[in-house]
Amino acid sequence: MNLPSAAPLVLGIESSCDETGVGIVRGTELLTNTVSSSMEEHVRFGGVIPEIASRAHLDAVVPALRRALDEAGVSLEDLDAIAVTSGPGLAGALMVGVCAAKALAVATGKPLYAINHLVAHVGVGLLDGGPLDGRDLPENLGALLVSGGHTEILRVKHITDDVELLGATIDDAAGEAYDKVARILGLSYPGGPAIDRLAAEGDPKAIRFPRGLTQPKYMGTPEQPGPHRFDFSFSGLKTAVARCVEQYEARGEAVPVADVAASFQEAVVDVITAKAVLACREHGITSLLLGGGVAANSRLRALAAERTAAAGIELIVPKPSLCTDNGAMVAALAAQVVMAGGRPAGLGFAPDTSQPVTSVSL
Amino acid sequence: MLILTIDTSAIASAALLSAGDDAAEVLATFATEDTRSHAEVLAPGIRRMLDDAGVPGARLGLVLTGVGPGPFTGLRSGIATARTLAFAWDKPLAGVMSLDAVAWDVVAAGAAVSDFVVATDARRKELYWAQYAADGTRQSGPHVTAPSELPALPVHGAGAGLYAQQLEAQGSSVPEAFARTQPTAASLGLSAAAVLRGGGRLADSSPLYLRESDAQVPGPRKRAL
Repeated sequence: MNLPSAAPLVLGIESSCDETGVGIVRGTELLTNTVSSSMEEHVRFGGVIPEIASRAHLDAVVPALRRALDEAGVSLEDLDAIAVTSGPGLAGALMVGVCAAKALAVATGKPLYAINHLVAHVGVGLLDGGPLDGRDLPENLGALLVSGGHTEILRVKHITDDVELLGATIDDAAGEAYDKVARILGLSYPGGPAIDRLAAEGDPKAIRFPRGLTQPKYMGTPEQPGPHRFDFSFSGLKTAVARCVEQYEARGEAVPVADVAASFQEAVVDVITAKAVLACREHGITSLLLGGGVAANSRLRALAAERTAAAGIELIVPKPSLCTDNGAMVAALAAQVVMAGGRPAGLGFAPDTSQPVTSVSL
Repeated sequence: MLILTIDTSAIASAALLSAGDDAAEVLATFATEDTRSHAEVLAPGIRRMLDDAGVPGARLGLVLTGVGPGPFTGLRSGIATARTLAFAWDKPLAGVMSLDAVAWDVVAAGAAVSDFVVATDARRKELYWAQYAADGTRQSGPHVTAPSELPALPVHGAGAGLYAQQLEAQGSSVPEAFARTQPTAASLGLSAAAVLRGGGRLADSSPLYLRESDAQVPGPRKRAL
């Protein structure tokens, strides 16, 4: 019988996309965070190829487990619980982490927790030395998650059992749009860092690219919200960049790549931060946590800081290694679930590629 | 020596075997007919099987996994499980080509009178297959091809049953007794134990995908203007 512990020792496995992560925490103390990425193998495709990511997970997961346990100086017998991302994510990729986690549970007899990937991006903020440094998550908390696979605004009333989705992308994720625009501009993969670097040399006002889903028919009013008040769309923006580049080429002019990059980035970051701050205001959210790989983007951080400050909202940004996908966030959230007396998932659950944020743990 | 064997190249199955100097015997098995729920059923099946047999992981001498060929996602669930169990229990790990399980069944039943082929469903109108001598020695494979490329020999295994008419029309025979047989962990374990008894070596646990991912490197951008 495992009684809820004051500071449970939890190992978390993450494999929802192209990062194989194993992290170990003791309560809110981070002991280790091992991440192995297959990003290099996706470069020539300009995006994550699920089958290639899944094959890489299979070969990376046991070495990552071994390394994490070594670095943390703990043995499997010491653990209080095992945790794994059960979704959302790529089916074949999730499957590898879930099977490894279940096997660990079979081998050790330890309870297994099936954790929501998106909520884990928030849970990581609770770790010691992070932006909250071990204090409780603030009341009236929101989260803005921006990555290659996700663009979401969440309201977090209680981290282990009361999370609500306020808005999300209806097509591409923001990071995906970065990758596609980088290809259009002949830049390297992943597109985020490449565009961020080039945008610093360009004029963000040179070209006015569309801000998706900002028309009144989508936004509505605070009293009568439209159908996509807090939702995002980046598919049209990506097409607008392609048409813009083609027009320069058709006229035989050089494409002002830095201006296009800066203007594209401004369109993305403007709409994301505007809608996030609007969602905070209208839902009484006073602290906003930024997560996901695109949280490393310099313009997103700057504009989010500027706009949240103007609105009197506290902005919480974990360090980059905890913003991108990792196992520590899975362990961190599972530790909260354990401390709250949450029930383990057992061995029979299936990965859920579209696990909703309302399902913090299965 | 006690051996835990896992195979998810088609169905999900596990077996506990006792391998001695002269023979091996199957002590317990778990299997599901479903080919699409491996990640759900495999771990609970293994736990129940070992609990019922009263064998803790520490008593195992070897963990074996079928390495395919088989549909990728399902195949990986067994290999990931076996690799992690072997790591956690600190036991040796080895791999066995999954079609060898059906070949073992055919030979053990005395049904092999000539060279023969074992075939399983590779989806996309193709078969995974390998060719064996009458004593069960593998002669070629595994391959993945259209059924039309199989040699004109008796073809056993669930893949044969799927394409029985076509295979018979091109000169193969499809014996009814094995027309629905899938690789099982129990037969795979017996096959591997025989290899070990004969002084042979087993392969590592690397999957035999036989196909690359479908991803294409993107070509030049399509233009609308």
